[in-house]
Amino acid sequence: MQPITQNQSKISVKNLNFYYGKFHALKNINMEIPENQVTAFIGPSGCGKSTLLRTFNRMFELYPEQRAEGEIVLDGENLLTSKQDVALIRAKVGMVFQKPTPFPMSIFDNIAFGVKLFENLSKSEMEERVEWALHKAALWNEVKDKLQQSGSGLSGGQQQRLCIARGIAIKPEVLLLDEPCSALDPISTAKVEELIIELKQDYTVVIVTHNMQQAARCSDFTAYMYLGDLMEFGQTEQMFFKPQRKETEDYITGRFG
Amino acid sequence: MPDKHLSTQFDSELNTVSSRVMELGGLVESQIRQAVYALSQFNADVADQVIENESRVNSLEVEIDRELASIIGRRQPTAVDLRLLLAISKTTANLERVGDEAEKIARMVKSIIKTGNSRSLPASELRVAAELASGLLRKALDAFARLDTQTALEIMKEDDLIDREFDGFLRILITYMMEDARTISASLDLLFIAKAIERIGDHAKNIAEFIIYIVKGDDVRHTSIEKIESALK
Repeated sequence: MQPITQNQSKISVKNLNFYYGKFHALKNINMEIPENQVTAFIGPSGCGKSTLLRTFNRMFELYPEQRAEGEIVLDGENLLTSKQDVALIRAKVGMVFQKPTPFPMSIFDNIAFGVKLFENLSKSEMEERVEWALHKAALWNEVKDKLQQSGSGLSGGQQQRLCIARGIAIKPEVLLLDEPCSALDPISTAKVEELIIELKQDYTVVIVTHNMQQAARCSDFTAYMYLGDLMEFGQTEQMFFKPQRKETEDYITGRFG
Repeated sequence: MPDKHLSTQFDSELNTVSSRVMELGGLVESQIRQAVYALSQFNADVADQVIENESRVNSLEVEIDRELASIIGRRQPTAVDLRLLLAISKTTANLERVGDEAEKIARMVKSIIKTGNSRSLPASELRVAAELASGLLRKALDAFARLDTQTALEIMKEDDLIDREFDGFLRILITYMMEDARTISASLDLLFIAKAIERIGDHAKNIAEFIIYIVKGDDVRHTSIEKIESALK
């Protein structure tokens, strides 16, 4: 596939195939995820977009019978064959899930927990890091006076931003978001979308979304997937105005089915 | 649109607004025909009728715009749907302008009748241009209904014919004015009419450009015919 941008590629996917047991879920995917940009994966349920996202930090290895073949190259190294500790890969490639998943601990500890696994910070350095992450996730002003309260006492939107803060606190290079707004109301969604656009200055962001308008609003590049194939990958503006393939146009205009 | 949306309600909204545009097109076409008839016969009653009908053109334009805003606001259309709605909006504006030109012709006809020397003017020389222009508009509306890019391309080429007719008429008119200075006032009215007819051709050409915009996604305004031709291949 031709490069679609001048931006340097952060993740190169080459001839990637993925299997759930005998089911061939991703079929020879080739794509370049551009650095410091937001890339959105769209497509109907079961098209493989979340599967593709989960290969980027080897999340699939948690389950037996799932295997990936091919290459996912991050900074010159194939993640699929890397001898690196998988925890280190996930520190580099952070992930936020569909439902907010705060740990059953204080807001402060929710963020400090991950950092402690990878870094040895002094108390003041840790306080600084937590504040920094909460600022980045646009949550600081709402929680600064209750850092010792439980994370699960926050609203759904706040919990999701807490999870994003937790993800960026360990300073990853890539942030994977799997339907981060599907459980949120429009106001929280708007805040998370604002955040996504801001985060791309420091991170490469990949988002899976069922909400096409969300992909249109906050991504720079959009990939349309269908039945395990990457159908089309291009600039978001182009994809929503004049996609190259009829299949893409049918899907995004609601003619699919 | 050949392919249907999952939402039949969306399809019916698009069909409704598209048929409104055709209704506006038909109305405007008849306005031109009437205005040209009023000119050829110097018939003040028909001219009055054209002026009166202009308000129907305006209210139909307002109605279409309201429907467009409602569809865009509620459906957030993308890709071909978005291009179609943008093109309908612009086509509607162009049709309304054609309606204005028809009204302008009717007013000028009345003004010439008042001067009393309608007989001595070369009004019949405008017949060819007027027929070309209204034919071109009809063709543009047909092509729009069928999203026919080949016909759209033909329309762009044919608009040049009307422009040439206009230049020719201008020379005839100058001769008249030089021969008899008393016809200058009425000749100027006739000049405005010729200009209005020429503008109708331009609007038809604009509509043809929007057809290519819908189908191909290319904005071909201010582009040479050769470039458009190669883009359509």
